[in-house]
Amino acid sequence: MNVVAGLEARDPSLPDPTAPLTASGNLRRRQAVSRAVDVGASAAAVIAILMLCEVVYTVARKGAPALSFTFLTRNGAGLASGGGIANALIGTAAIVAFAAVIAVPIGIFTGLYLTEFAGRRSPSARVLKLVLDMLQGLPTIVVGIVVYGLIVVPEHRESGFAGAVALSIIMLPIIARSSQEVLLLVPNSLREGADALGVQRWRTVVGVILPAAAGGIATGAILSIARASGETAPLLIVNSIFNPTSTQLMIFGHGVPSIPMYIWSTYDLPSTTAIAQTWGAAFVLLLFILLANVGARVLLARTRRIPT
Amino acid sequence: MTSFGAGARRISSRLRAGGGGDRVLLGLCVAAGLLATGLLIEVVYQVINGARPSIAHFGLGFLVHSRWEPVFNRFGAAGAIYGTVLSSLIALIIATPLGIAIGLYLSMMAPVTVRAVVGPMVEMLAAIPSVIVGFWGVAVLAPFISKHVEPALHSVLGFIPIFGAPQESGLSTFTAGVGLTLMVLPIVAALSRDLFLTVPPELTDGAAALGATRWEIIRGVVLPSTASGVAAATVLGLGRALGEAIAVTQMIGDGTGIHKLFSPGNSLASRIASEFPTPSSTLDIPSLFYLALILLAIGLASSVVARAIAGRFDVHRATGT
Repeated sequence: MNVVAGLEARDPSLPDPTAPLTASGNLRRRQAVSRAVDVGASAAAVIAILMLCEVVYTVARKGAPALSFTFLTRNGAGLASGGGIANALIGTAAIVAFAAVIAVPIGIFTGLYLTEFAGRRSPSARVLKLVLDMLQGLPTIVVGIVVYGLIVVPEHRESGFAGAVALSIIMLPIIARSSQEVLLLVPNSLREGADALGVQRWRTVVGVILPAAAGGIATGAILSIARASGETAPLLIVNSIFNPTSTQLMIFGHGVPSIPMYIWSTYDLPSTTAIAQTWGAAFVLLLFILLANVGARVLLARTRRIPT
Repeated sequence: MTSFGAGARRISSRLRAGGGGDRVLLGLCVAAGLLATGLLIEVVYQVINGARPSIAHFGLGFLVHSRWEPVFNRFGAAGAIYGTVLSSLIALIIATPLGIAIGLYLSMMAPVTVRAVVGPMVEMLAAIPSVIVGFWGVAVLAPFISKHVEPALHSVLGFIPIFGAPQESGLSTFTAGVGLTLMVLPIVAALSRDLFLTVPPELTDGAAALGATRWEIIRGVVLPSTASGVAAATVLGLGRALGEAIAVTQMIGDGTGIHKLFSPGNSLASRIASEFPTPSSTLDIPSLFYLALILLAIGLASSVVARAIAGRFDVHRATGT
């Protein structure tokens, strides 16, 4: 009795299970629509690849002729036709290296804190993840402005050091997040095994967990270095006043020439030789960044293949 | 008994020594976390502090006035906000459908070998430095747009006031928006691909078993179950577009005030980038800090909104950063 009443009172919005399965719509039309969507989606992928190829090809076509031994080993590109970008290369290397020295350890420790010490759902981990999200979402020009207020104003001068600090702020969330992700991939059995043997937590971290995650952490570091070496906006704010013909290995106390700033300050010069050299610098920078990205991916693929 | 006690003492002393190492490591990790948190607070403080003179002078009226005349110490952000919104909208209108389509292709249609090549290539678009995107935009994109795209759009949509007559140089808000697509597209594409891959195969297989075509599976199962994540991906792409300074400065043509689509304009970030190194009056730098404060508020809000929409999806994972 009750069962029958239940059946009669079933929700009318649900499909009737007793109705025969009938095909609705025209199958040929439905398949045509589906195929059209397939074609559209493939076309979208082709468009994205064409965008990448167009930019890389343009930079390579216009930049390759400028490349020569003197272009890479002399100073003063943009000022004279025989000039080169050696000092900008050295400056970028020095600034980015210093930024990495600041950001890599702090980023790894932040990742370690999230995976090894804070509980997955603990309030401190949640806050820290939100902070990392927000730091990663900061517009890079705002980072430049902050370092301007933090370092340039008190010191009364722009410097490569201020540029390095700005780049390290950009690198920090990238490294912290990628470290956290690879540390999460380290199997818990390794931690439990070390605990069962009575190994102290810090020895587990240094001897077991970090080596197991080293490849992934290195990948994150390489990606962040590639990102930082092309970053222009913060350098424009805190490291834009420098002697364009000087070679600076030390970044403290004075502005340091860099590749992004060189491209920024010469891309609209009304001189074809200067523009050709700018394309050359852009080509060198793009080549380095793309190779670093490919290298990081290969490294990650190799570490993933090794069972931990 | 004594030997047992000695053993216990030895163990406890070793534990203490290890506890010291543990404490050092924990201390370092906590310090790093606190440093990151302090950094964010410092960011907010520095921007507000730098903007204080301008806030005191212009108040909230800064947000609605469009005159930007550094020489006369008169500043208003409305033109820059307008340019930021317009260029970002153009980028999103192009990049969102394209990115979702790429995400669908990579997650549901492409063979595995193609996927392994095309996916990284799309993500590599995001690796191109903005100064090179802008340089390419000035040299290649702007002439193409001013010769072909803008006249076509003007002749078709010219009755709408915003589609005014094209300029000779091609440097315009429209060009900047199209150029920004290069930066937004890889974010939306990578995030939506990873989202679509999280759809349980039971659902898609079930739909397929009921005779649904691929499009019907996408429309009926994949998109509805990932809609919130796709929205979050779009917001993250929007955040990237809003904050981009260098490429926009190169392509947008440096105009002030509120202009039509095909005229030179400015955005919040591009105004800072083009004017900060050469300020021309006392309130110039504080007003640029004020612009940065608006930018910061939008940037932080988009992070929070994306997080809130995404719910339990960890959307950042997919950016590869």
